[in-house]
Order: sequence, then structure tokens, then C-alpha cells
Amino acid sequence: MDILSFFLETGFWMATLRMATPLILGTLGELICERAGVLNLGIEGIMAAGCMAGWTWVYMGGDLWTGVLFAAFIGALFGLLHALFTVHLGLSQHVTGLGITMLAASLSSFVFRMLLPSATTPPKIVPFQPLAPPLLADIPVLGQILIGQTALTMVALAAVAVVSYVLYRTPAGLAVRMAGENPMAVEAQGLSVFAIRTWAVMAGSALMAVGGAFLTMSAFDAYYIGMVNGRGWICIALVVFASWKPGKALLGCLLFAAFDAIQMRVQQQSGMLIPYQFYLMMPYVFSIIALIVMSRRAAYPKALLIPFRKGER
Amino acid sequence: MRIEPRESVSLAMKGIAPLMAVGTAMLVCSALLVWAGASPTQGWVLMISGALGSKFALSETLTRATPLILTGLAAAVAFRAKLWNIGGEGQFYMGAVVATWLGTGPFAMPPYLMIPYLFLAGAMGGGLLLLLPTLLKTRLQVDEVVTTLLLNFIVILFVNWLVFGPWKDPMAMGWPQAAPVVDQALLPQVLDKTRLHLGFFIALFCAVGVWWFMRATTWGFEIRAVGASPRASAFAGMPVAAVTVRTALLSGGLAAMAGVAELCGVKGYLTLDLSPGFGYSGIVVAMLAALHPLGVVASALFVAVIQIGADSMSRSINISSYIADVTTAVCLLAVLVAMFLTRYRIRWR
Repeated sequence: MDILSFFLETGFWMATLRMATPLILGTLGELICERAGVLNLGIEGIMAAGCMAGWTWVYMGGDLWTGVLFAAFIGALFGLLHALFTVHLGLSQHVTGLGITMLAASLSSFVFRMLLPSATTPPKIVPFQPLAPPLLADIPVLGQILIGQTALTMVALAAVAVVSYVLYRTPAGLAVRMAGENPMAVEAQGLSVFAIRTWAVMAGSALMAVGGAFLTMSAFDAYYIGMVNGRGWICIALVVFASWKPGKALLGCLLFAAFDAIQMRVQQQSGMLIPYQFYLMMPYVFSIIALIVMSRRAAYPKALLIPFRKGER
Repeated sequence: MRIEPRESVSLAMKGIAPLMAVGTAMLVCSALLVWAGASPTQGWVLMISGALGSKFALSETLTRATPLILTGLAAAVAFRAKLWNIGGEGQFYMGAVVATWLGTGPFAMPPYLMIPYLFLAGAMGGGLLLLLPTLLKTRLQVDEVVTTLLLNFIVILFVNWLVFGPWKDPMAMGWPQAAPVVDQALLPQVLDKTRLHLGFFIALFCAVGVWWFMRATTWGFEIRAVGASPRASAFAGMPVAAVTVRTALLSGGLAAMAGVAELCGVKGYLTLDLSPGFGYSGIVVAMLAALHPLGVVASALFVAVIQIGADSMSRSINISSYIADVTTAVCLLAVLVAMFLTRYRIRWR
């Protein structure tokens, strides 16, 4: 069995793209927050909330796309809470973020248990189906990889382009980046740092929640507690790895998911040679290594973690 | 809206702040009870009586407070030095792993030697675990929040491998658990027919010890100084990196001692459900106590009351016990705001 041969299989690349989707959405969301100068450690909980909210919406008879919107709305609400505390009151972004994670995750579990008290096996919904648009199949390799993906993966890929365009090519994006680098300059332009950061954190949190929703609405068809399983923390590491750039974030997520897909293949092929727990550790180990590798070149947004107060320098 | 610093902070306000936070958390919790179709007064009565209403309930609450005091101290010490150790959960399990390794047979000792030996060895394990992210922070400026969080997952998977693999107890009817520690390693009971064990007093002793250490020793002063201003401390000639490393060893060690206490005091053997998130609750405990070592004891008791009370309430009326986690999370956020309000005032105009 040649380990390298599966790089040529479309199946491998399809799995990579599928596994990268929640990471792409989460990383983009975190990137927007951090570019505006706010570290959002609420990501792990917000992803769990999105995961639960989207699934519940569909389970209660809602439509898939409105379910995604609902998940985004719930994410934005938690983002608003984070922004109120860290932007308007200037509280510690570390501790507030952890508080948001604890609140969002426990509230999701509580609401889920109260809505479905007697569910022993998690009930299922009909998730997003793989797309098969007619023209796509004609594109040689890329088409084959894209054809088996669900709509939310397309949303994630589109989000990379949109976020990159907005951040670098529009006045709003310039304002967000400036709020993260030099908030005084934003204020000097007559813009409100508070408003910009609040909107950025809300938008970022909405994206994270959609990343969570992908898990229950595309990757899988049921919700269970603890489903996000550290993906949020991995996204925070990926933002550093990507040097706060959306394009590099996409690359980082794909690379990361590819490693994950490789380890799964190796795990299947090598049998029980190495215990599976060590394979499961790999994503976390890779994240730490990514942080170490990028540490020398990490160009943090200058105002990250520093609350802005009018009239204070 | 305008935020202004207050000129002076009265002691009364400092005292009221945590109570305001607790009140807010109780309000949110009551709202959830109403939403779930239960009467909030009945819910609170059940919660308080479930946590404090009988000798057994009280002993359960104190038993639950034991690891919370230790993980709370771990967070308080680290946060004081602005070392964001979110890895309490991993260090907790590291302590339990080391105690299982050394406490299941390789050494035979009488209890009065075995117990301190396991606590010391476990604390070293936890301290060393936190050393890696700390060195990455001081040497390479790698953010320790993410690395300590990620290490939690790695350690828990490691424990998963141990209890499903090499350490699996063949006598445990197929359950994934390690062999029990020897009898000499078990912490003696302090109250008949309850689970309350010596660990509670060890935790209290640690709280007083940490309080004294932070207040009265040079090393403790250095920890506080580095937390208040690393640049000023460096200018004053303090070895900032060394102080951070010392803080890490102390903090990781305290969290690991919680793991040893829980293993040798309550369970007796290593499993994957040894901790229902003690490492994370420790952060709430530390914040509620405003990072004060003696305050940690009070806030750990409070969090234990909520957790034990909610468990008992969820058994009597049909409410998910996750309400305890929601309440502690709201407490954390509310105490942040309350402490902010003691230092600043908000002017609406």
C-alpha cells in the first residue's frame, strides 16, 4: 500500500475540503474579530451554539437555509454580548471570551436537553445534500472534488473571497483593519471605534456559528453535546498561522484538513499498530506546532487585546 | 455613554460586587427555570436544601469544593502574574495519572509517607506540563492561552489511551478504568458515612499557604509585580522569565494536586469522568474571588453549592443539570462587570 498514492485520488481531496469547511468558517470569523482588535475566545462556545441552533431549527420543522441564518443570528447575539463587555466596557478579552464559551456551550446543552428530554439516541434531520450542478462535472479535476460537496462548503469558499474583498478593497474593511491597528486614527477620521469593533465581532461570530452549523447540517445529521471538540481553539491557532490574512487562512485550513485526512488514512491502513488516540491527538499537536513555527513572524494587529477608551492614551 | 474611573473605591463596594454578580446569576437561573416550566422558588429551595440541607448534602458539597479550591488557586496564582493558564483540566488529569502510576504498587509505604509523596509527585507532573507552554511564551512569545487549551485535549486523549489500553484494569468488568490505588494511598475519611476526605483540609491548608506565600515572601511579591507590570519589574531587576516559570510550576502543581485529591479521596481509580470540568470551573472560582487565595475558598464553596444543588434539583424536578454550568458561566461574566463597576462609573448623557 503506497501512502503517497492517495494524493492522486479525488476522494482524498473531497474529504479534505469537507473537513476544512468548519475550520474555514471559524477561522474567517475569528480573523475578522482579531483584525478589528478583539480576541474572541468565545469561538468554541459560539460554534457549539450554532451547531445546536441550526440543527434545532430544522428539527422543529424549519427549512435548511433559514436554519443557517438562525444559527448565524444566534452567533451574532453572543458576539454582541462579547462586544458589549470587551469593546464598550473594556473588560479582559481573555476572561470574557472564556465566559462566553462557557455560557454558549452550557446554554446549548441545557436547551437541547430541555427540548428533547427523552432522546437516548440523538434524533436525525435531513441535512444538506451533495451538490451536482451539471456544468461542474465537466471541469477536469477540480470539478470532481467540488461536485460531492454540500452547499455550505461553497458558502465557506465564497466567504473567503468576500471577506478578502471587503477587508482589502472597501472603506468598511479599511476601517476594520484600522480599528485593529490604530484606533486613535479611526477616531480622528470621525468614525466610531466602538461601532466598528462591535459590528466586526458580531459578523465574525455569525460566521463561526455557521461553521458550527455545518457540523450538524452537512457533515452529520444529529447533534450531540461536545460535538465541536476543540475545533474553535484550533481556529484560533490557524488565524495566527495565517498571519491574519483570509487567503492564507484558506490555505492553512486546507493544509490542516489534509493532514487530518492523511492521518485517518494511515490509521485505517496501519491497523492497530499505533493506538487511535495518538492519531486523534494529531490535530492539536499540529496546531501547537503551527503556533511555534509562526511565532517568529507573527505580526499581531497592533491594538489586539487593548481596549479603546475615548480620551485615554 | 461615558466611562470614568472612580477617585476612590470604598470597601463596601468591593464587598457588594461579588454579591451583585451572584444575584444576577440567580436571576438568569430563575428565568431558565420559568422557561422550563418550573417554579423558581421551588427550584431554589430544592437547590439549597440539596446542597446544604442535611449532613450528607453538606459533606457532598465540601467534597465537591475540594478540587475546586485547588484548581481555583491554580488559576488565581497564574492570573495574578498574567500567565493565562487555561490548562487546569489537563494538569488535573496529569496529577491523577502520576498518582495512579506511583500509587498502584511500585512502592510500598505507610500512608503518612505515601500521601505526601503522591501529592508532591503529582504536583511535579502538573507543573512540568505547564512548563512547556510557559517556556514557549517566555522564549518564543507563543500565546499560552491556545497552547494550554490544546494541551488539555492532548492529555485527555492520553488518559483515554491509558484506561482503554495499557492501564486497563482486567478486574473492572470491561469498564475503561485503571487499577485502583493501594489502600495506603487512599485519603482517610473525615466524617462517618460520607465521602468527605482529608483532601478538603489539604486544600484549605494550600489556600492559607498560597495566601501567605503571595503576601509575605519575595517570590510572591515578584509574582504580583510581574503581573502588575512586567516592564517595571524588569526595570527593577526582577528576572521576569524566571518568575513566570516559577508561577507556572506553582499553578500547574496546584491544579494537579486537585487531580491527586480527587483520585485518592473520592474515586480510588483513574477514569475519564474523574473531572466534570474542574479545571475550567477553577477559572470561575478564581475570578469570583478576585484572585484572592482566601476568597477562593469561599467562591469554591459557592460553586460547589450550585453544582451539587443543581444535581439534586435536576433529580427531583425534571430540569437538566446543565443549569449549574449556565449559572456558573453567568456568574463569571457578571462578576467581571461588577468588578468593573467598582473601579469605573458609567455616565449616560
